[in-house]
Amino acid sequence: MTMWNWDAFFGYLFSPFLLRGAWTTIWLTAASGAIGLALAGLVAAAMMSNVAALRRAAQVYVWLFRGTPLLVQLVIIYTGLPQIGLRFSVVASALIGLALNEAAYLAEVIRGAIQSIPRGQRNAGLALGLTPVQTMRDVLLPQAIRIMLPTLGNSLNGLLKTTSITSIISMEELLRRTNLLIQERFLTLELFVVASIYYLVMTSAWQIVQTRLEARYGRGHLRALDNAEQR
Amino acid sequence: MIRIRNLTKRYGSFQVLTDCSLDVPDGRVLVICGPSGSGKSTLIKCINGLESFDEGSIEVDGISVGDPSARLPQLRAKVGMVFQQFELFPHLTVEQNLMLAPRRVLGRGRAEARDRAHALLDRVGLLDQAAKYPAALSGGQQQRVAIARGLAMDPGVMLFDEPTSSLDPEMIGEVLDVMIRLAETGMTMICVTHELGFARHVADEIVFMDGGRIVEAGSPEEFFTNTRTDRARRFLARLLYPGELAQAAHVERRLE
Repeated sequence: MTMWNWDAFFGYLFSPFLLRGAWTTIWLTAASGAIGLALAGLVAAAMMSNVAALRRAAQVYVWLFRGTPLLVQLVIIYTGLPQIGLRFSVVASALIGLALNEAAYLAEVIRGAIQSIPRGQRNAGLALGLTPVQTMRDVLLPQAIRIMLPTLGNSLNGLLKTTSITSIISMEELLRRTNLLIQERFLTLELFVVASIYYLVMTSAWQIVQTRLEARYGRGHLRALDNAEQR
Repeated sequence: MIRIRNLTKRYGSFQVLTDCSLDVPDGRVLVICGPSGSGKSTLIKCINGLESFDEGSIEVDGISVGDPSARLPQLRAKVGMVFQQFELFPHLTVEQNLMLAPRRVLGRGRAEARDRAHALLDRVGLLDQAAKYPAALSGGQQQRVAIARGLAMDPGVMLFDEPTSSLDPEMIGEVLDVMIRLAETGMTMICVTHELGFARHVADEIVFMDGGRIVEAGSPEEFFTNTRTDRARRFLARLLYPGELAQAAHVERRLE
């Protein structure tokens, strides 16, 4: 057995087959992250609702999806639900599983961030004649986003790698395609190093986006002003 | 015109407000004072529906505040409020703070809202701060911006909830100056404040509250020179220490 096959390594580094797998990882992350975030917003709203039944339902949801492994959830959605007549494609199952799982974690983050904004801010918005919805959108949310962005960013970074779990239901993302190639040629180390490089490039690119978002939503905040003065 | 009749509010078994009645005709300045926990802030927050109440009624320009069908956002658009902690929106610049509600609630265009914002900032002496974020301003400056933000809605009444209580002493004067000039324009004002110098010289009526009740109400001369109740006398004796007298003197100088 050879020690390290450079030709194979470089060959796979720019392999269209793997690049397409990486692209699947990217859109799967973006789509399930976006759906999960929207869902998390609804769950957070339910958590802060005056209606006890809604609060209870949100709690049960979060408890269920945070309390069981994503792997198990995916297998139940893809292989288990057809038993009771609910059939989803691989892509739909992956999206549903990832989004539901992500929403359970993010709901708590959103609720915590909104409730950390001083009560006086809400009163100030309402006192100006803004409706509760306008107050939420124009006054509370922009401030809450600043607080939750670091956590949301980490979470999306995590999600990007978590998508690899969907390979278990044969979703053809980066890890599954890597494994398929390994089964062909047994170049385990070379292929996993290539896959790791892909993941690193993707998470690094996201880190750049996250830094910019944090700067944008940090405007007006004391620390941002201090930095501006030091410059 | 604000009419409050027999207002009563409870938190569980604790009675915050008991049978409070008040009239504030247009163009008048009412000062509410009293020890902390006397219900002053709660009373003023009931006027624009930020606090609910259990019994009695409040009418602002003929609109009944406690009525479940009352459109609170519409009512609040006509009632400006200034808070103890300023409550400027930290993610918006000073001028954006003044533009948000006029654009969203009154439907003003960006240019119109900005012109109005600049005119008001000029009036409170802060036009040069328009593009800054609130955190870059001193407490006194922030409170002057907060007053301008309330005025940007062209309200018929301005409510002040302890507007100088969280300011450093040297900044109280600049905020009081703005309030004095506002009173001179004929604005209807209800001020919860301990600034007795302001009360003595600007108020048309002073209301003294204790234990959730209006204990005494009258003109400043009556209240300060002919205090009727022991509770109000004890309150005044405690407040009129030298620092307060200096503050009162500052207001007097400004008025001359």
